[in-house]
Amino acid sequence: MRERRGYGPYRGDRGEWRSQVREWHEEHRREQMAVHTEMVREQREQWRRHQEAHRERVREQRERHRERHERRRERHELRRAQRHEQAIERRKAVALGLRLSGQSLGTVFGLLVAVVGVALTVCLPFVGPPALRTTRWFARRQRRMLAEVFGHEVPEAYRPALTGERLPGGKFRYGDRIERKERSSWEVEFWRLYGDPASWRDLRWLACAPLLGLVTLVPTLCLLDGSLGQLWVSGELNHVMLAALFVGGWLIAPGSLTAYRRWSVALLEPPRNAALEQRVQRLTETRADAVDTQAAELRRIERDLHDGVQARLVAMGLNLGAVEQLMETDPEAARELLAQSREASANALQELRGLVRGIHPPVLAERGLADAIRALALDSPLTVEVVEDLPGRAEPPVESAVYFAVSELLTNAARHSGAGRVWIDLHHTGDALRVQVTDDGQGGADHRSGSGTGLRGIERRLGTFDGVLALSSPQGGPTIVTLELPCALSSRRTSTC
Amino acid sequence: MRIVLAEDLYLLREGLIRLLEAHGFEIAAAVESGPELQRALVDLRPDVAVVDVRLPPTFTDEGLQAALAARRQVPGLPVLVLSQHVEQLYARELLADGSGGVGYLLKDRVFNAEQFTDAVRRVAAGGTAMDPDVIAKLMASNSRDEPLAALTPREREVLELMAEGRSNAAVAQRLFISEGAVGKHTTSIFTKLGLAASDDDNRRVLAVLAYLNGT
Repeated sequence: MRERRGYGPYRGDRGEWRSQVREWHEEHRREQMAVHTEMVREQREQWRRHQEAHRERVREQRERHRERHERRRERHELRRAQRHEQAIERRKAVALGLRLSGQSLGTVFGLLVAVVGVALTVCLPFVGPPALRTTRWFARRQRRMLAEVFGHEVPEAYRPALTGERLPGGKFRYGDRIERKERSSWEVEFWRLYGDPASWRDLRWLACAPLLGLVTLVPTLCLLDGSLGQLWVSGELNHVMLAALFVGGWLIAPGSLTAYRRWSVALLEPPRNAALEQRVQRLTETRADAVDTQAAELRRIERDLHDGVQARLVAMGLNLGAVEQLMETDPEAARELLAQSREASANALQELRGLVRGIHPPVLAERGLADAIRALALDSPLTVEVVEDLPGRAEPPVESAVYFAVSELLTNAARHSGAGRVWIDLHHTGDALRVQVTDDGQGGADHRSGSGTGLRGIERRLGTFDGVLALSSPQGGPTIVTLELPCALSSRRTSTC
Repeated sequence: MRIVLAEDLYLLREGLIRLLEAHGFEIAAAVESGPELQRALVDLRPDVAVVDVRLPPTFTDEGLQAALAARRQVPGLPVLVLSQHVEQLYARELLADGSGGVGYLLKDRVFNAEQFTDAVRRVAAGGTAMDPDVIAKLMASNSRDEPLAALTPREREVLELMAEGRSNAAVAQRLFISEGAVGKHTTSIFTKLGLAASDDDNRRVLAVLAYLNGT
């Protein structure tokens, strides 16, 4: 008997078999249908995914297009703004070029004076200094112009005026030169000008100045010729050429100015060691001042101790010796001597207190600058207001210098200015300690003249710390003194206070 | 009367202890640094504290700060501050709470034992004891004050002694005048300065000090 594998064994009659076959066919069809639907579903899914991806791509592309467009527009606008700015710059540059080329004409005259003067020094030495001073005048003007117009500060590095110093051996010292006899002021001035490399640097610049002027003159001339020339030339070609000249001048004007600035600065700028030389000079001066004031202070303290406390202690010792002898024989006199000794000790203490206050005020040591100045303000006969904004304490020597400076300023205000009120403002800006003392007095103080020796003293003492003093004191007041010292503050102390 | 004493110099501390004990005071504690002082003041609650301004560990105004802090915790705690120098700034800080019971004297005032112990007693009783140097400085910084300038020389003397913290009787004894005369001067001074008169010595002194301090 045939057996159909997979569909079960043959059982029963033919009718049964047929229905069995129908069943199998049905089953097979169902299976096929299921496979087909699955396939169709998968295909649809794929199609959907494909479409989605496509849409995504299109969207991205649109986005990219839009971005590109946006960027292009931005770039365009930026370029337009730049062009606008450049046009303004150019217009300014052209105006400036006109001015500079005018100035350069002046330097030609300066150069003539200087060269002739210096050349004549060989036979007529006295024309040398005025010639070099003329050079300096022109160079100073140029530096000022560079600072004003281009905002480029070119430091001056002239050597300071020399003053002769008599040495113990009867010789004289001028700067680092030692001379056997005293020189006249004219000779000293001559050396100063001729020995200073800055003079020759200025002269070098002056020699180049007319050429530099030419650099700025070229675009100016192009512009002038290109515009005014149109009025009297004929012929199309000539007009076009002049227009090209005008545009050319317009285009090169800023470049010529930059070149002018660079070369001027390069010619005028002192070399690095000139700045160092100036710094050394300043340090030498301030060190000498510091040593001098220190020595004077020590001498004063020694004298005060010697004449005051020491003498009193000697007297007390003598008195006590006498008391020892008199105790038995004359108790009354001994008691009197003892009372005297006690008084002498109180006086000695009083003197020591004054001395200590002059060396380092106790309140400064105990409380720091702000409170020490408040204490000064309280002790002053004037009405003094103190405003303080210090985030920490400065170094003790700086505090001490500022304290004594303010003390002296307050004394000055009380003694000379006729002021009734004083305002003291203490604050720290950047890395500088700044103190401003303002009074409502009659003003007219001047630390450059003979009357302001106190202010000059303060200036010298602050100089040791690279500090500066600025004074504004018009007739009729008010007087404003500003002290500024570069210093870092330590954070406020966290003791019990 | 129990005293807390703060002084870092051994010799001076021993000297002060001897002097105070000789005058019938009892030393509750003798300390030598700021933190110790503050603990002693708050824990022992003495009748009066005698304090040196400059104390370890920082050797700045440790003593003054400890005394001020203790007075914030225990209002009106009598404190007599001693110093090698006197500052108006510190005097103002001590007087700022206006409750009295403060003293501020130069260290050399202890040479005169009578006056010193008198000052300690005055402070303990809630009065004040200001150093003549402080008063002189106060008068100097008020030199432009018109009502003060209108006082007669004798009235100025009375004012200065009163500002130091003395009672009318003590001022009379000091100036060799009768107590009644001092009373008359006082009334005149108070009228000229525009202050409200008071029968209480301490309150009168505080009013005068407040006037001189410009508050």
